[in-house]
Amino acid sequence: MRFLIDNQPLTNNIMELIKLFKGGAWSEEINVKDFVSNNITPYDGDASFLQGPTERTMEVWNICLNAIEEERANNGLRSLDNKTISTITSHKAGYINKESELIVGLQTDELLKRAIKPFGGINVVARACHENGIEVDENVKDIFTHYRKTHNDGVFDVYTDEIRSFRSLGFLTGLPDNYARGRVIGDYRRLALYGINRLIQAKQEDLHNLTGPMTEQRIRLREEVAEQIKALKDMKVMGEYYGLDLSRPAHSAQEAVQWVYMAYLAAVKEQDGAAMSLGNVSSFLDIYLEYELSKGIIDESFAQELIDQFVIKLRMVRHLRMQSYNDIFAGDPTWVTEAIGGQFNDGRHKVTKTSFRFLQTLYNLGASPEPNMTVLWSPALPEGFKTFCAKVSIDTSSIQYENDDLMRSVRHSDDYGIACCVSFQDIGRQIQFFGARANLAKALLLAINGGRCENTGTQMVKGIPVLTGDTLDYHEVMANYKVVLREIARVYNDAMNIIHYMHDKYYYEKAQMALIDTNPRINLAYGAAGLSIAADSLSAIKFAKVTAHRNDIGLTTSFDIDGEFPCYGNDDDRVDELAVGLTHLFSEELSKLPIYKNARPTLSILTITSNVMYGSKTGATPDGRLKGVPFAPGANPMHGRDSKGAIASLTSVAKISYEDAQDGVSNTFSIVPKSLGVTEEDRVDNLVGMMDGYFSKGAHHLNVNVLNREMLEDAMEHPENYPQLTIRVSGYAVHFVSLSREHQLEVISRSFHNKM
Amino acid sequence: MIRVHSYESMGTFDGPGLRLVVFLQGCNFRCLYCANPDTIAVGEGIATEPEEIVRMALSQKAFFGKKGGITFSGGEPTLQAKMLIPIFRKLKEEGIHTCLDSNGSLWNEDVEELFGLTDLVLLDVKQFNAVRHRALTGHSNEQTLRTASWLENQGKPFWLRYVLVTGYSDFEEDIISLGETLGSYRMIQRVEILPYHTLGVHKYEAMKQKYLLQEVKENTPEQIEHAADLFKRYFPTVYVN
Repeated sequence: MRFLIDNQPLTNNIMELIKLFKGGAWSEEINVKDFVSNNITPYDGDASFLQGPTERTMEVWNICLNAIEEERANNGLRSLDNKTISTITSHKAGYINKESELIVGLQTDELLKRAIKPFGGINVVARACHENGIEVDENVKDIFTHYRKTHNDGVFDVYTDEIRSFRSLGFLTGLPDNYARGRVIGDYRRLALYGINRLIQAKQEDLHNLTGPMTEQRIRLREEVAEQIKALKDMKVMGEYYGLDLSRPAHSAQEAVQWVYMAYLAAVKEQDGAAMSLGNVSSFLDIYLEYELSKGIIDESFAQELIDQFVIKLRMVRHLRMQSYNDIFAGDPTWVTEAIGGQFNDGRHKVTKTSFRFLQTLYNLGASPEPNMTVLWSPALPEGFKTFCAKVSIDTSSIQYENDDLMRSVRHSDDYGIACCVSFQDIGRQIQFFGARANLAKALLLAINGGRCENTGTQMVKGIPVLTGDTLDYHEVMANYKVVLREIARVYNDAMNIIHYMHDKYYYEKAQMALIDTNPRINLAYGAAGLSIAADSLSAIKFAKVTAHRNDIGLTTSFDIDGEFPCYGNDDDRVDELAVGLTHLFSEELSKLPIYKNARPTLSILTITSNVMYGSKTGATPDGRLKGVPFAPGANPMHGRDSKGAIASLTSVAKISYEDAQDGVSNTFSIVPKSLGVTEEDRVDNLVGMMDGYFSKGAHHLNVNVLNREMLEDAMEHPENYPQLTIRVSGYAVHFVSLSREHQLEVISRSFHNKM
Repeated sequence: MIRVHSYESMGTFDGPGLRLVVFLQGCNFRCLYCANPDTIAVGEGIATEPEEIVRMALSQKAFFGKKGGITFSGGEPTLQAKMLIPIFRKLKEEGIHTCLDSNGSLWNEDVEELFGLTDLVLLDVKQFNAVRHRALTGHSNEQTLRTASWLENQGKPFWLRYVLVTGYSDFEEDIISLGETLGSYRMIQRVEILPYHTLGVHKYEAMKQKYLLQEVKENTPEQIEHAADLFKRYFPTVYVN
């Protein structure tokens, strides 16, 4: 047994840390990036050094597994605190098994007990409680109904009729107006490197320097920084509940892990954003682990144990959700996204032994969707690491990959994390306003129906000429489509500005923002769904003869297609260029509009699991898709239309320009093991080669599932046998058994690349 | 124009590494077990510009890595040898590794030139025994064996592919004879045993044709292992595909 007290403390204060670690700008200012760059030990070897889980780890994990089973058996909710308004300090210490926990801290006082966070919306919380058979405490309801306004109330006070209509009819969907926006990543490393006192000092200096003239903008920023300082003080109190002195920097590897987790815990106690990403902590923590390993203070087994126990905690993060939320983000995701690997701009890589240790948790604790492990891939990464990633993907389907070379060259920072599923975020210097997505396929139907909703006939966009000919003319449709996209962009932008104004006002992320530079750069992350449907529809109109069938009020109900047309996903430029052009067009329209807080617009081609819901709201489309049929997820080609196999499909997706969609271009790839190659070695080699190829073609993101269709079908029938079966769905991973039946069927129907 | 049946852009079974596999239309054999009966008829398929195939290969080149490339399969690709020659030349110029998956039964100047341009030949020997070969494929295996010998003499690397069909090509004496004749070939880099499967049977139904091997079962693991052991007596590298 080695506990902290047996170890030599690394140091007592920052001044001494400077002696131990290589100094630099980080010793003078808050700058973790500089610390990592100066002190990292890149690792070029293979996975042979890794260790299995300790008994102590398994003791803790087995308790968690039982709790997860209870949660599943109880419709996804183990217990709920319906009275305590969750804040950084709301709940006293909670443990899983105190004696065996190396890393401590729970969101509430009990494992998998969910908390209420009514600042986002009291009605949302009340409904979520009610749906779980418990009523929210009357007192809480009273406070948030009569005395304290919420984000959700603020947004709906201000929404225009137009926004409401675009929202309710399914043109703009999943907007973070009735759930917290998330996506802000605190630089959780700061707490370990600097301690609370130093961080408060820096924020106080910032506040001091934020002088007049007192414009609305300046007043708001001063208030925000003041809130951040309060959050930092609260974190110190939260640490005290667990007997931790967070006022100072971490003094050991164990403390470094613990401090980082405490900073993250403060965030998930205060906020229930859709995605609460972790950032890029693994290679930072490696510096502490490497130091203690090199001094013989700890051994590899203990190093792994710290990471295993940290990851257990991350797997136990929960938020209270209502059913309508699960419809868009199925499987109870939390998006504790951790970015692993990548390179520095100076050419060194950032793969450390702790990059391996994070992936190793998928063996030590079994496959899991959380934390959402995201490997920042480059063909230049060391072979030993690439091979290990491919092996872990084949064995667990729990990793996603993003193009490090591409993101560094377009976005410039080499110290970034992934917000939510796929989105670049310069850690500690930048944040993101989440924007859900617009439905491009349904928008196309507006262009064909004179600006009217194809389901209700509601006039959404004015000034669209009514098409009179039976056969759709590509140029006519395209001219209308451009007008529609401009109008949708305008309404979308209005909605976003309102949402983020209100979120700042009523549900400001003070804990996370306390760990980010004052006045960071902001991206507004717009999104688009239905890209492949829209592209294939345009292709059908352009290359085949498409005849619209209309009902008695002139709305399209179905389409006849006469002749062949190329489908997106076959490396055929004729249609792939339509998808590329459409992404560019929509991105351009969005970038013309003014944004709250001068945020910079970005766009994602990402659906998460909402492709099912989007499909259900969209009538028949000119590509031959019937009314209500799910879209393909993200930027994926439509199921079954990519007839030339996986590489042609990947090649098509790789053509979508990241410049046009800097919030991410998501692609989900599923393959049966045998199709990857004959021997295990072939499979690993081929998967590595596939990713090298995909990313060297400028593609952005790839989910990799290596699964058998039969296994998924069996898991639908016997969920109890597959508690940990994990699959990757458009930017994140989920436990397959926690998906609804509809989502399960949709996953199975997707292109499994298994042609013989 | 090249007659193409279909593409598999993520080929992992027809040559080394990740490969773009182009299944060409038309075959001169009538193998009883054929899993792709829809590739047999000559003159069908999609008429494709040679440039389009080269464009696809170039487009996907990044995926080929050090080992992969393009494989022409079928059907019997040498039926279109004349049209393939310029494609192979272009692919060679572009540094793309080529495989030709052939039954080796056709021989003329064009075929000879095509084999000469190919980096790695996948030679399908359906049966060594002449009588049983004819029963299985409707054709003689004389030229196939001459082609093997030509490849050996030309120093052209090739893989020997052998479909293992119970009751048709799993006779011990035939595999032994094959080994005794071809075992000394130094250009055979690998023997691949392709166990018989019935994944193509539904195509016969769709084409309203009778599938003649209805009664033949897929190989048991023991049968496959036994055949592999026989091959291993003569060949250093034997894979079950």
